[in-house]
Amino acid sequence: MPERRPVVEGWFTTPTDGTPPALIGTRCTESGTYFFPPERVASRAPGFLDSRLEEVELSRTGRLWSYTDAQYQPPEPYVPVTDPHEAFCIAAVELEAEQLVVMGQVVAGVSVDDLQIGMEMELVVDTLDATTDADGSTIENLIWKWKPVSHGGAS
Amino acid sequence: MSVEQVAVLGVGMHPWGKWGRNFVEYGVAAARDALADAGVDWRDVGFVAGADTMRNGYPGYVAGATFAQALGWTGVPVTSAYGACASGAMALEAARQRILSGMCDVALVVGADTTPKGFLKPNAGERTDDPDWLRFRLLGATNPTYFALYARRRVDLYGATPEDFARVKVKNSRHGAANPYARFAKEVGIDDVLASPLVASPLRLLDICATSDGGAAVVLTSMDYARRHAGSDPLVRVAAISTVTPTFPNTVIEMPNFATDSAAGLPVPDRTFKQAIGDAAYAQAGLGPDDVDVAEVYDLSTALELDWYEDLGFCAPGEAEGLVRDGVTELGGQLPVNPSGGLACFGEAVPAQALAQVCELTWQLRGTAGDRQAGSPHVGITANQGLFGHGSSVIVTR
Repeated sequence: MPERRPVVEGWFTTPTDGTPPALIGTRCTESGTYFFPPERVASRAPGFLDSRLEEVELSRTGRLWSYTDAQYQPPEPYVPVTDPHEAFCIAAVELEAEQLVVMGQVVAGVSVDDLQIGMEMELVVDTLDATTDADGSTIENLIWKWKPVSHGGAS
Repeated sequence: MSVEQVAVLGVGMHPWGKWGRNFVEYGVAAARDALADAGVDWRDVGFVAGADTMRNGYPGYVAGATFAQALGWTGVPVTSAYGACASGAMALEAARQRILSGMCDVALVVGADTTPKGFLKPNAGERTDDPDWLRFRLLGATNPTYFALYARRRVDLYGATPEDFARVKVKNSRHGAANPYARFAKEVGIDDVLASPLVASPLRLLDICATSDGGAAVVLTSMDYARRHAGSDPLVRVAAISTVTPTFPNTVIEMPNFATDSAAGLPVPDRTFKQAIGDAAYAQAGLGPDDVDVAEVYDLSTALELDWYEDLGFCAPGEAEGLVRDGVTELGGQLPVNPSGGLACFGEAVPAQALAQVCELTWQLRGTAGDRQAGSPHVGITANQGLFGHGSSVIVTR
């Protein structure tokens, strides 16, 4: 079994106890502003540079703000997952409580015809691609993706 | 309120294409033309501002010095500016400030690029703290991905159709066919656009601009100098240069980021970033959207040209498709947009593009644009945006 590993550290949870995953953000405790990717240097809310940043898990669902697909294979450092390339969707989802929009790939098996602005989307952790580590072992890279709440398929 | 003006005494361009030669060659050709147009000897230039290119090694990062050396060192002070697609406006602003502060009378601004084939991609290496690298690695999000996210909102919110988008390309291709500097001189029809392959739904290949080689240059001078040296053409002035950045929280997804700012803490600004770009220019010039006779806007995609109409105040949100349908923004219409043919006919030569917009408006205001002349305009505005939060808008008047 290849090792499964988040492609980027500290941006999303990968629970093994069956609880659903979540994006990890930070929150400026004084202004109430959220940041994703998690801002760890200083609050970027103007006037709140000295505010404390606390780590928080972001809402697991949101409304579709916009969407598209990638009909052509993106250039490096994108790692192809199929040969030939198969189109995949990219969604921008608005989280209500945090009032921010987060982009992500959409799980396989969803086409733009299945999507509509305003529909409810949920966060899942899924395989992004596979790469080879320095010691030659295969790594299955994990990433967050969006999935229509009404849709079955990958989880 | 309006700010003190400087003059555009000369402009020049090297034709856009996929020539594959050193970018310096295009910059020098454009600079020679601009100097000749201005009637200025290179040795009389008191400041050089270069717009940088990131894809041509070290000379591209120090474009000001690169062009100054290529034209022959004269000891002239230089600067090099980078703001992605907005680099030209940043360089222009540096030149304007140098003149308005009284440190020189004549400044030369140059931008040129040689671009690779296909999608623009990030620089090589493993850079996990660079959002421009991460968006490709984590999401496979290319530039058209972002253009398509904006376009989709026009479809779902305003009922825009593929034909609406195609009409923008058709219009611009008609304009560009009359422009000797444009790369694509072929007129296309709505069917051609609709028959081109989907790249990022709802955008097709002919909805999205290509990348090109090209170069553009502008000679800016003080008003006093211009009055002493101007020829018979009407004197074109720079009434505004806007180089604003976003105001937090920016709630529209901005390339190359993959999340917006959060609006949960601080109030959202009244105007979006793209609206603020034009607003700042109007405020500097003491003018408004109703004063504009001609515009050059950054049509990275057909749908983005429509966004600009609304962001620059030419119409209300959701009404831009109607302007194209009614021929308002066509040559011969009330408010021609992209008489040059825009990026649709040029393709993007990043550091040259904001300057090319100024070149075109200068010819338009002088009345020397030939077959693509947009009536007898007095006020022109450019709009452009560089990734990482760079606004760019220039207002020229005569």
